[in-house]
Amino acid sequence: MAKKSTKKAFLSGNEALAYGAWEAGLKVACAYPGTPSTEILENLSQFREIDTQWSVNEKVAYEVAFAASVGGVRSLFACKHVGLNVAMDPLMTSCYTGVNAGFVVVVCDDPGMHSSQNEQDTRWVGIYAKMPVLEPASPAEAKSFVAEAFRISERFDTPVILRMTTRISHSKEDVALGERTEIPAKPLEIDIRKYVMVPGNARIRHEIVEKRLTKLKTFSEKTRLNTVEAGSKSLGFIASSVAYSYVKEKYPQASYLKLGFTYPFCDEKIRAFAKSVRQCVVVEELDPFLEEHIKTLGIKCKAKHPSFRLGELLPDFMEAIVEGRARKVKPMKNRPPRMCSGCPHWTTFSILKKMGFFVAGDIGCYTLGALPPTSALHSCVCMGAGVTFNEGLRRAHPEGKIVGVIGDSTFVHSGITGLVNAAYNKARGVIFILDNRTTAMTGGQNHPATGLTIRDEPTKELDLKKLCEACGADYVDQIDPTGNLKEYEQLVADRIAADALSVIISRHPCKLIKRNM
Amino acid sequence: MDKKVCNIVFGGIGGQGILKASEICGWAALYDGRHVRKSEVHGMAQRGGSVESHLRFGKEVYSPLVEVGKADYLLCFHEEEHPRLKPFLKEGGVDLIGYLSRVREMIENPKAINTAMVGVLASYLSIGQAAWMKALETVFPAKILELNKTIFLQARALRDAV
Ligand SMILES: Cc1ncc(C[n+]2csc(CCOP(=O)(O)OP(=O)(O)O)c2C)c(N)n1
Repeated sequence: MAKKSTKKAFLSGNEALAYGAWEAGLKVACAYPGTPSTEILENLSQFREIDTQWSVNEKVAYEVAFAASVGGVRSLFACKHVGLNVAMDPLMTSCYTGVNAGFVVVVCDDPGMHSSQNEQDTRWVGIYAKMPVLEPASPAEAKSFVAEAFRISERFDTPVILRMTTRISHSKEDVALGERTEIPAKPLEIDIRKYVMVPGNARIRHEIVEKRLTKLKTFSEKTRLNTVEAGSKSLGFIASSVAYSYVKEKYPQASYLKLGFTYPFCDEKIRAFAKSVRQCVVVEELDPFLEEHIKTLGIKCKAKHPSFRLGELLPDFMEAIVEGRARKVKPMKNRPPRMCSGCPHWTTFSILKKMGFFVAGDIGCYTLGALPPTSALHSCVCMGAGVTFNEGLRRAHPEGKIVGVIGDSTFVHSGITGLVNAAYNKARGVIFILDNRTTAMTGGQNHPATGLTIRDEPTKELDLKKLCEACGADYVDQIDPTGNLKEYEQLVADRIAADALSVIISRHPCKLIKRNM
Repeated sequence: MDKKVCNIVFGGIGGQGILKASEICGWAALYDGRHVRKSEVHGMAQRGGSVESHLRFGKEVYSPLVEVGKADYLLCFHEEEHPRLKPFLKEGGVDLIGYLSRVREMIENPKAINTAMVGVLASYLSIGQAAWMKALETVFPAKILELNKTIFLQARALRDAV
């Protein structure tokens, strides 16, 4: 068949988004890894025109990227849903200052928790932070929407949230590729009333934020990101994200109001659409974000049974949703993940299991130490909590047999502050830094203690031992867990016996590290 | 061109190259001028857990996922995962599990099982030879390209040899 002139590639949503951002003249991009968002920065780092980095954590990433926008170049921050919690402080006020060049906040939600500790729905942040939210429904849309997001950001002087989900980020589609448009940096201008958020200035900015929301609402009514696809008058769907794809596949004859610019809501469009069909059904994944708003407008519509607020939607559920039936819970028969054989984390867990300690855990490959038969990790809430849970649990049980474990990447992300806190507040105990020289869980990204950048270039290496000493740990030991087992056991016994705050850096590289060592 | 959407489910456990297999097919369908959607799992699930990838191509495709009972083809790379994946297959759909042991005998390196199973699948699909070759060239680095082409072609001939 005849070849079309456009170049096409088979890209994931994350790859397509990166490509689209590059085309749109993106200059600076920052992130901390997190499934399903990781490949966005990995792909952006392949473009020499873009200054990319693995930041220490999401708060830092957000601030660096946002400041680049204030400095006058298009910039982007990417994270997984829980990563946004870490960045909420700068996010909430960045909405007040607004931007200089376009700034896009990419957040990848994980309905169904394929690789996450919760399934929070980021669309609420739009309401809370008063920021526009865009929701692509496919990889091709991820690419076109990111360009649109930059335009909206600049036109309305606001950060823009681009909300992805696992099935958009990690599904692939044939996508048309274009060229990059270079955009010269804007001058760095001093504007104290816009960028210094002291109460006097922030009050004025808050007014601007509210006015901006009204303008964005008008935009939402007009933008082609919210489109009506006219079909049968008897059945109409209001849908967004991948849920749109599922329902469109199942009911190709129906009418659709496809929402790509989800927030601020396009009330008039919604009202008119609902009126135009005999039966109107809202189809969305996770929380009843659209549903609740549409119902407050007094519009009669059907929506999914509350049981579908849990977990991801599947194409198989569409009929049940239309008919208002509850979700049938099927037992999961998936083979659970496990730590690789020969993983250096095993040794530490076998020692801790033998000693019968409560192990305050954290997030990473080592969280798999909680699974039977090992069952040697006993808490996991958020990154950094391996250190702080050791302290808090000990405050409840000062004589308790309690230790903390945390990965190297996670320690740098948010363990350091907990260790300073423990030292300052005279806490005791042993913290194990399971240092496998990489961020393994998310596929092996570099971080400050690896001494390599996102592009594998050598950089200043963070010395964990010196760092822990400086934080105030009484003992800091480093040991190879795959070396002499007796020696390791003895060290653990000694440090536990000591009435002190100790750190044991258990260091052995993960065998999945891909680079040439 | 065929108006119908072709639905394929790939599955097995982490480390078997399942995503690579669906990747080859995706590119082949793209080079053959189809609209393609594919889903996969990353992260936690890849640590030796179940891995599943769905591929759908045709003139117009929306969902990246195949419904239960709608798959035209099932490529399962691991016997223990088969009972879990079997329900995806539609009535009269083609289950390639029977080829697994023959493919294992045929190849020397168990890592190439994905290319071999894709070769078997290719013998059932209407995607042209040129598209398959271009797909292999896209997915594999030069170093191992010829080897994979050979395995692909060998495996594709298995069906006729029945
Ligand atoms: C706030 C937040 N950001 C990112 C993630 C995703 N994530 C979970 S664990 C982890 C890092 C794991 O690396 P490390 O601590 O070195 O442990 P390893 O997996 O290498 O054993 C990441 C990036 C998350 N769960 N929460």
